[in-house]
Amino acid sequence: MNKEHRRDPERILAEVELADQRKSSGRLKIFLGYASGVGKSAKMLTEARRRKRRGEDVVVGAIQPKSTPEIDSVLSSHEIIPTIKSAGKDVIDVVRILRRRPQVVVIDGLAYDNPPGSRHAKRWQEIEELLQSGISVLTSVNLQYIEEMQEEVASITGKRPTETVPLAFLKRADDIEVVDAPAEEQKSSRLREMALLMAAEVVESELRTYLEAHRIVENWGIQERILVGITPRSDARLILESGKRNADRFHGDLLVAYVRQSDLSPQDQSALDSNLGIARELEATIHVLDGHDPVRSLIDFARLAGITQIFIGHSQRRGWWQRLRGNPVERLIDLAEGIDVRVFPQRTIT
Amino acid sequence: MSVRRGRLKVFLSYAAGAGKTYRMLEDAQELKKRVDVVIGYFEPHARKDTIEKTEGLEFIPRRTLEYRGSTFEEMDTAAVLSRRPAVCVVDEFAHTNVPGSERAKRWEDVVTLLDAGIDVLTTMNLQHLESLNDQILQITDIRVRETVPDWVIKQADEIVMVDVTPDALINRLKRGVVYEPEKAAKALENFFREQSLAALRELALRQAAHEVEVRHEIPRSNDRLLIYITDEPATAMLVRRARRVADYLRAECFAIHVSDTGDLNSLNRAQREAVERHLNFARHLQIETRILQGQDVPSTLVEFARRERITQIFLMRPRKGQGKSFQSRNLTFDILRLAQNLQVTVVADRSGQRL
Repeated sequence: MNKEHRRDPERILAEVELADQRKSSGRLKIFLGYASGVGKSAKMLTEARRRKRRGEDVVVGAIQPKSTPEIDSVLSSHEIIPTIKSAGKDVIDVVRILRRRPQVVVIDGLAYDNPPGSRHAKRWQEIEELLQSGISVLTSVNLQYIEEMQEEVASITGKRPTETVPLAFLKRADDIEVVDAPAEEQKSSRLREMALLMAAEVVESELRTYLEAHRIVENWGIQERILVGITPRSDARLILESGKRNADRFHGDLLVAYVRQSDLSPQDQSALDSNLGIARELEATIHVLDGHDPVRSLIDFARLAGITQIFIGHSQRRGWWQRLRGNPVERLIDLAEGIDVRVFPQRTIT
Repeated sequence: MSVRRGRLKVFLSYAAGAGKTYRMLEDAQELKKRVDVVIGYFEPHARKDTIEKTEGLEFIPRRTLEYRGSTFEEMDTAAVLSRRPAVCVVDEFAHTNVPGSERAKRWEDVVTLLDAGIDVLTTMNLQHLESLNDQILQITDIRVRETVPDWVIKQADEIVMVDVTPDALINRLKRGVVYEPEKAAKALENFFREQSLAALRELALRQAAHEVEVRHEIPRSNDRLLIYITDEPATAMLVRRARRVADYLRAECFAIHVSDTGDLNSLNRAQREAVERHLNFARHLQIETRILQGQDVPSTLVEFARRERITQIFLMRPRKGQGKSFQSRNLTFDILRLAQNLQVTVVADRSGQRL
């Protein structure tokens, strides 16, 4: 991270305001499952009971229509604020909860559409209001309701629910907890994997915020981030495709960097454009870097971007340039402390 | 007569106090309604509500062993075998048995039970996974000594992630639920720093996702990796990293040492022991090992790679400096130059140095 960025007074002010806002608002905790029946409700209600026993003022604001004997027994220890009927649908009684002012409210089932004419169209918006008034919320959601995941989930299950919750709402949660259980069928396994990875992503973004806020610089490389360095002349397709395959396998990111060179010949320009085209096809993030020393620029960028592996083609340069600056691949390896470097074969151009 | 191998279910998390044992016992109680379940090993220092969850389950008495004047208690594997339950609960999969035990590791005891057709429920924290050892050191500053090779976990039929937020863990720790006060204070300073916990948690979630993924269709790749083994201490780290990459790519893996005699006799004792240790370590991670005969290391490696259709060579990052490290630097670059039609990965040193 660069220092200018950190000292930006606007940004600091915004951070302070956000922190103040957070302090006065309630805490949001979301229990995430990959399917119904994995035990989210039981886990959430058990946590609510634990908190109640520790002296927190807890009420239940919404329960699931389907229940089990286990859930019923935990529920019996809770104070319940019943939902109200509105246009034939059950809606949480926000007004009564606000009047009752508990410390914590349990809302089982985050993805829910209220009937037209309600105070809020979506239940997550009602939760937003409760949080702003200083009430903490425990709630639960299944993967299939998260807007950004719906397409992929639907391609697996063939079903697409109408209720949605934006991923940003999950990311703004103070805590997210995965409720995991073995999957019987293969298609559930894929949903399970998606839920675990999504939670990992939320944790990663929380971790980054925490490290930035505490001015801690760490690069633990928990998520693999692959950087492919390309030049106009490089035989980039093989490297880019391998980068893509590796990034997919590791569920990591693929980045592509090119260090800008002046006065490229028309052939070189078109070779470069075609390489960048391949990178776009593979949905890599492309970064154009500047600098007199391409190796140095690439390494500096890699450090800033938290890269764990650099993929690069064998150097084809021969002659005076190498004698002057040394082999660029060798220099890259020398400088790439803490980062793996994978060197790919190149067709020799003579 | 061959017996059906038992099924292994692992409750995975990232720190003590996450609730793995509790979750495992919930499962055991559920199973007990239908089948014969016993407890083979249960941590005696468990929390009150966890102990309550053992109610009605049969305990197989632990075995007591003397070592250097102290007594230790381990799972009595022989007693479990002769009791022959359908399911056995074994806490702390990564535990190292006290010297004098029949098997060095508890996971080996578990494998014995599985071989006898007994299903096992067990618990483990991700930091005990061998291939993550260097990364765990980077995150926590702790070199975890009790490790389980990744292939053992790959054999588990089911992995369940027991998730908990770092906040909840720190709370439990402060309330003295996990450890006694003095140990808790120490833990909060080290392992239980919020950012370390968040990093471990992310690693655990990703690992769990990977474990789920490898259990349903991932095609094997054509990748074949070669790891160059030397007496350099960082070789263990190289082996771990290559093993991890091979697992993610579903690639085959070979560990190769080169000597001019084709055996280890030309090395001095310290070098020989180091190379042997590294080759053993590779075998322990189910990597095929070979010692090749050759005067010239780069050409011997590259010839072998061509013959064996190796796609990628894994090497240590050369250290900067004089003398021996200068040689290793030249070696790396010589291999690079020779292996023009192969991929060569120069692996970063993840063994703890911070940038």
